[in-house]
Amino acid sequence: MSEMKKIKNLKEFSTSADRFEGANLLCPGCAHSIIVREVLNATNDDLVLAASTGCLEVCTAVYPYTSWDASWIHIGFENGSTAVAGAETMYKALKTKGRLKQPDRTPKFVAFGGDGASYDIGFQWISGCMERNHDMMYVVLDNEVYANTGGQRSSSTPIGSSATTTPAGSISYGEKINKKDMMGIMGAHHIPYAAQVAPNKWKDMVKKIQKGFATEGAVFINAVSPCTTEWKFDPKDTMHIADLATDTLVFPLYEIIDGRQYNITYRPKNVVPVEEYLAAQGRFKHLFKDQYKYLIKEWQERVDENWAYLQRREEAKV
Amino acid sequence: MENKGWDEFEIGAMLRTFDGSVDNIAGTKQEDRSYSENSSYRASVADWRLIKPVFNKDYCIDCQFCWVYCPDVSIVSRDKKMVGIDMDHCKGCGVCVEVCPTNPKSLLMFGEHADEETEIAQWPSKDEEK
Repeated sequence: MSEMKKIKNLKEFSTSADRFEGANLLCPGCAHSIIVREVLNATNDDLVLAASTGCLEVCTAVYPYTSWDASWIHIGFENGSTAVAGAETMYKALKTKGRLKQPDRTPKFVAFGGDGASYDIGFQWISGCMERNHDMMYVVLDNEVYANTGGQRSSSTPIGSSATTTPAGSISYGEKINKKDMMGIMGAHHIPYAAQVAPNKWKDMVKKIQKGFATEGAVFINAVSPCTTEWKFDPKDTMHIADLATDTLVFPLYEIIDGRQYNITYRPKNVVPVEEYLAAQGRFKHLFKDQYKYLIKEWQERVDENWAYLQRREEAKV
Repeated sequence: MENKGWDEFEIGAMLRTFDGSVDNIAGTKQEDRSYSENSSYRASVADWRLIKPVFNKDYCIDCQFCWVYCPDVSIVSRDKKMVGIDMDHCKGCGVCVEVCPTNPKSLLMFGEHADEETEIAQWPSKDEEK
């Protein structure tokens, strides 16, 4: 049971028996369920799951239905992480006392949260879990907005994005504050493993998730989750937007080991200009008006700077 | 199933996905599982669909891109082969068609009421421009 599941290629991966069910109420083309499936299918071990309030939670547990085939708890906005940390602590205590009924099974503890639950509301709780170094994984489904409640800005919303509480118009260009660097913050917790993933790079994703499961201690995963409703693109384009996010380096894929060693795991062969990423989404539509065009240039500079920073960190190994 | 009202719930209510005792779910395919009435597997979102994917086996190379990127667990793959589409759970988003790498595509979207056999009979031929 505790052996790592062998996933060499997609055909082998496709023999997995899903533990997440369809007929959930997520929007057509939602990337959340793609990410959840890739995470759950990366292991054959038992799972102890939680989801903080957000699209994923409310859409997969609509009474009288549940879409989860593993033990899963529906809990508050802020404490998905601590609920799983509590279960993990109990598991450890029972193990020490020799009271586990099936000691040969090695459950994996995973908490899911949206960016609202992770970057804003549950931030303190996650920080606590990471600091106490529970043997668990926290997965952020980062769609850069409070999509469940109607598209309010979160601290993950990037500059220039039009959200319902930061609407773009003749006076404002939308969100004015840059996205919180959650990966950097989690790196500063000096946790054993933190990684940024994207659903379109399934192999990179599965590799990182398996590495996370094999790691003893807290693991933080930040997954970009294109939101068809709030990013305003056609449902069929979910994977295209995710491709653009990784290829424009808006979402660079990298990992941080022990808070020091940065490894960039995906270097696009052809880096796409950020303009294409912005143009593909309705939430950035206003940036192409003459008065806001300077923001596109700023976007590109910011992304380039971040990419250069990551490369410097990777090289310096500090 | 008798649905309880909001004020009839017990605190800490639990829904069971499966009937009876369950062991090794990760090794059991969906058709072999004993889903309870509380699993959304028993539910259907087919009425969400305006357009539906049609699968043409002749062009499929079993790459499984559609399986991994399907948001609704609706692509049925068994023994590394793409078998078909689970029409109860498909919401008609069209991601599978976009990620299909074959030329012509082995999955295409048609109107919900299109006849599958007719559409497969007049499947588009290879697009030379690509």
